[in-house]
Amino acid sequence: MTATATPTATPATPAPRGPRRARGGGGQAVRLLILIAIVAVVLYPLFWMIGTSLKSQEEIVNNIGLLPNEFTPGNYADGWTNFDFSFGRFFLNSAMVSLLTVVGNGVSCLLAAYAFARLRFRLRGVWFAVMIGTLLLPGHVLIVPQYILFRSLGLVGGEWPYLPLLIPQFLATEAFFVFLMVQFMRGIPRELDEAAKIDGANAFGIFRHVILPLSRPALVTTAIFSFIWTWNDFFRQLVFLSDLEDYTVPVALTLFIDSTSQSAVGPMFAMSVLSLLPVFLFFVAFQRMLVEGINTSGLKG
Amino acid sequence: MALTTAPDPTRRTGSVPTPAGRRGVGRARHGDGLAGYVFLSPWLLGLMAVTAIPMLLSLYLSFTNYDILTPFSEVEWVGFANYERMFTADPSYWHSVRVTLTFALIAVPLKLAAALGVALLLNRAWRGVGLFRGLFYLPSLLGGSVALAIVWVNMFNREGAFNSLLSVFGIEGKPWVNDPDWALETLMVLAIWQFGAPMVIFLAGLKQVPTELYEAASVDGAGKWRQFVAVTLPMLSPVIFFNLVLETINGFQGFTAAFVLSNGTGGPVDSTLMYTLNLYITGFTNLEMGYASAMAWVFLLAIALITVIFFSTGRFWVHYSDGEDR
Repeated sequence: MTATATPTATPATPAPRGPRRARGGGGQAVRLLILIAIVAVVLYPLFWMIGTSLKSQEEIVNNIGLLPNEFTPGNYADGWTNFDFSFGRFFLNSAMVSLLTVVGNGVSCLLAAYAFARLRFRLRGVWFAVMIGTLLLPGHVLIVPQYILFRSLGLVGGEWPYLPLLIPQFLATEAFFVFLMVQFMRGIPRELDEAAKIDGANAFGIFRHVILPLSRPALVTTAIFSFIWTWNDFFRQLVFLSDLEDYTVPVALTLFIDSTSQSAVGPMFAMSVLSLLPVFLFFVAFQRMLVEGINTSGLKG
Repeated sequence: MALTTAPDPTRRTGSVPTPAGRRGVGRARHGDGLAGYVFLSPWLLGLMAVTAIPMLLSLYLSFTNYDILTPFSEVEWVGFANYERMFTADPSYWHSVRVTLTFALIAVPLKLAAALGVALLLNRAWRGVGLFRGLFYLPSLLGGSVALAIVWVNMFNREGAFNSLLSVFGIEGKPWVNDPDWALETLMVLAIWQFGAPMVIFLAGLKQVPTELYEAASVDGAGKWRQFVAVTLPMLSPVIFFNLVLETINGFQGFTAAFVLSNGTGGPVDSTLMYTLNLYITGFTNLEMGYASAMAWVFLLAIALITVIFFSTGRFWVHYSDGEDR
């Protein structure tokens, strides 16, 4: 997987754009029209979401158009304070979990990847195979026993209820990132290791002065995907967080569904829009990198 | 699990994913031994504490009636009772299997078809490709979230955007998400909407197809369709295979949207009772953790089995060019 797993290591080589380019004109215009039509369909739900978040209760029912006749930004204020704790709190909780996950994945996966990619030790091949084996292990399979274990340790609903969410992330359990980094490190010339070795560096020195600085692109990719996936994650947060004050944004959003009253639709949409904003900003800022990086992220869909 | 040597589909000359070159007989030097395990220790700890031990615990619990409320010391060993119940006495279990299979069998092929179709449209060098590629990919980033699931449910509700669209054509819609015959379909559409991720992988694969092959085919008088069937599809088969395996496994694990649509119940009338949702309800709503563990193990084995089936049938239709098979 060398090429795709480490998009940043091997910048996309331009396609072999041969003679096919010559054909232009009419065909190209039709192609463009079709693509624009598909883009319109694909983006429609997002625009509709934003439009609905700005509609009054009455308009949500009656106005079938994309845009509100009368802008109702009040939905945002209403949604923000809809529950006993404001969404500010839920956003902070989500941000904290996501950022700590970024740190945990970055550090622990980098350490493991360095061992797999560069160091020689007994059973390395076996452990590597095990790591690959866990790549496709569905998280849902482990959730029940993990819950039982964390609960018996008093960590579920404990002093700081995020430990069950974060501990795995600090133990390199996201095999996907380990794998991505291993592939990346294999692209770093071994001559650099050798040179450092001649200068007297041991395995730790090589890690510190050669691998760590050169692995930055892989770390950035890992950070971005860890953040987005954790920000969007629902299943684990639903299972492990039980008190309203600890809720993250996705879990808090589901509270709107419980309150079946129609009046909450506008505020619910407003908060949904806000909840997607960080992911969207990441998308805008790192678009190229994300798209080139996902040749492997297909792993997570 | 079974997928130990996933070949990279987009790269035909890739190296076999074994730990970096076992250069020669270098076995003699175990100089990094200690350092290796120091660096590996967080991962090893995680493997034990977060993966291996929970898996074994879950295997044990699957033979008990554990319900989290009773202390471990009073847990009763029930033998294969949980598995028997699953296979013979629990209609809702089989229903959830059927829902999950239906979802995956319909949504995955359609999603991949959409991904391939759009990738073919985009696979030309011209300005603007990057923009389109990004816009098509955006749903894959957002689509798994609770927020998007909320949007989706409302879009296919009585007053939703979809019915507005239908009314333009004079068709009267219905609350699709409340209709047991249609609720799962709306989730399928949500899955297909996220075709961008496999599309990007297809695009990368398409770039690797040598132009000479098309030229040769064209010289031989092959039309567009013939070129697609005789050149594109075989050359792309490793990528199709890769996407198919991943999307199928992802498809089996759909949870968030089904949870949001049904408010965690799998309704209406169990029509969105995906396997993982059923597992969640069994374990965390009904607190039947022993039974849920048995369901989890069957799920794991099923996914392993399906992966094995994919890989063993793959050899008949997946074409690796430089004879560097698997």
